Amino acid sequence: MKSDRSVLTGIHYVMGNEAIAEGAIAAGCRFFAGYPITPSSEIAEHMSKRLPQVGGSFIQMEDEIASSVACIGASYAGKKAMTATSGPGFSLMLESIGLAVMTEAPIVIVNAMRASPSTGQPTKTGQGDVMQPKWGSHGDYEIITLAPYSVQEAFDMMIDAFNLSERWRVPVIVLADETIVHLKEKLIIPPREKIRLKNRKVPRTSPEEYRPFKSNKDLVPTMAIFGSQYRFYASGLTHDERGYPDMTPEAQYRLVKRLNDKIRTNRDKITRVDQFMLEDAEIGIVSYGISARSAKGAVKEGRRRGMKIGMLRLRTIWPFPEEQIRDLAKRVKRVVVVELNYGQIIHEVDRFTGSTKIDLIARPSSEPIHPLEILEEIQN
Amino acid sequence: MIEGELKEYGHPLSEWIRGDRLPFVFCSGCTIGSTISCMARAFDRVIENRNNLVVVSGIGCTGRASGYFNTGAFHTTHGRTIPFATGVKIANPELDVVVFSGDGDIVAIGGNHLIHAARRNIGITVVCVNNFIYGMTGGQMAPTTPKGEYLTQSTPYGNIERTFNLVELAAASGATYVARWTALHQVRMEDSFANAILHAREFGMAFIEIVSACPTYFGKYNQMGDSIDMLKIFEDISEVVEPFTVSPGDAKSDLTKIVCGEFVKLNRAEFTHEYRRIIEASMKGS
Repeated sequence: MKSDRSVLTGIHYVMGNEAIAEGAIAAGCRFFAGYPITPSSEIAEHMSKRLPQVGGSFIQMEDEIASSVACIGASYAGKKAMTATSGPGFSLMLESIGLAVMTEAPIVIVNAMRASPSTGQPTKTGQGDVMQPKWGSHGDYEIITLAPYSVQEAFDMMIDAFNLSERWRVPVIVLADETIVHLKEKLIIPPREKIRLKNRKVPRTSPEEYRPFKSNKDLVPTMAIFGSQYRFYASGLTHDERGYPDMTPEAQYRLVKRLNDKIRTNRDKITRVDQFMLEDAEIGIVSYGISARSAKGAVKEGRRRGMKIGMLRLRTIWPFPEEQIRDLAKRVKRVVVVELNYGQIIHEVDRFTGSTKIDLIARPSSEPIHPLEILEEIQN
Repeated sequence: MIEGELKEYGHPLSEWIRGDRLPFVFCSGCTIGSTISCMARAFDRVIENRNNLVVVSGIGCTGRASGYFNTGAFHTTHGRTIPFATGVKIANPELDVVVFSGDGDIVAIGGNHLIHAARRNIGITVVCVNNFIYGMTGGQMAPTTPKGEYLTQSTPYGNIERTFNLVELAAASGATYVARWTALHQVRMEDSFANAILHAREFGMAFIEIVSACPTYFGKYNQMGDSIDMLKIFEDISEVVEPFTVSPGDAKSDLTKIVCGEFVKLNRAEFTHEYRRIIEASMKGS
């Protein structure tokens, strides 16, 4: 009997990019389309080797636009599909994010952030793309974005990403950064039976009664695939429940409201934060990704020095964990946002901190902020 | 007196066309609709199971085509039909995938995807309806607008750009079945669509250009008359050649002469067949 090679249960010592690829395969991803770009290329390389071993397919496309739209095609043909890129490629994928939102195609996109704008510093790290998943594509939309801060979490979050994508029929962006994807550390891959997978809801009506964009209470329609008995039409145009283009203001209102509300009204089921030493904290750091890794060091050192300091780490960036920030602001005297850009997510945090003092530690730099630098800035 | 009840017969193509979507969105005299009908008749000949067929179109007049087929159908963003179709085909190689879109969509904004799909020889059928102009946006110059004193809304002084020969472009990029017809050649077009779908299944990418009449914009701006007048011009200037006797580079197409026929048929290895071998070998391997 052949061994199960989709979940490589055991202890490994690997870089973040490899953990991302293995997490995807363990999550059931069987299609990858991508275009080489630093610092995410190892994900594509690893997938090109591993996917055929588990019966999946890898294709190197002609650009990132093609890669992302091929994923939508593969998703509609019934495969869990993903692509991986970095800032310049992510900018090209924004068009497909809109199409995936409008046609409710579950896909996963990894953006291994590098120093930007434009070509920037391809081999260096950054967190300059944190607003882009939410606001980069045109129009009103809601999507899901996760930010891993360790190699282990990169693996775990890929499983979450596919589950969330299938559950809510939205593109899910995994916003990693150059440091995490090139960092090598311990990865524990659990046994297959410990990994919980979610699949999209499939229609149970007759083909005649099937309405591809009709939803029930949770606002998420069931999803038929090409090659099934359900023949449907899906379009990036504003459409009715049948998927047919509808150019009335009522159709626009109804569809765009539902596409947003299915995420907004289910925020509590989607957003995840991690609390670190916050029980008695007077200073609460808010951070994510590699900056949270630095900030964790700052919290530990601060505690050693007798400071009442802790951290709220955003595992979900979008939809933004509003309630958790409100709650933090009520408990601490001072909120400090730490991020490796010139100040982006602070504007979101600021909306929910009320009268609590809020400070920003941000660097438009290309190396992680040193924990002691964070601590010194907090103490000054 | 006639005995018995009257029986209602549906339209012979009603199985393939979504009746509740009719009438077509196209202008009076446009030949995209009759090209869709030809494709439906070709489907009727070669598709055994409608559920295994996916029609993909993009943005523009012809971009609306996929919505009329009672098959799996998807309407992508502008120019992205071919990579979408590529994703579908690789994810499920059992499906027949047909791209049905316009010249702006496939050759301008989607040009890069066209040449790479052809190079890859992925088993999809690409139908490019070429009406020499951007219709949906109001009649601007396209990479297919003939060079010279041809007027469009964005070439008010004539078109100084060279024109793509789509047959030559597809063949040079590696498409393994290449043909061209005008909207007038309904029977040959239907045969060619059927041939292309069968070819794509076995041997890789099929490309067919259909020269189409846009009386609303191209015809009007260039004093070509109504749709019938335009089709008469197509009849006068088109020359149907014997299959595979003229090389794609010599298959001229401008408004002095349109060479029509099948130009390329190469029995090469199709992409998903090749990839299947990699999957089978990898799954067996250590």
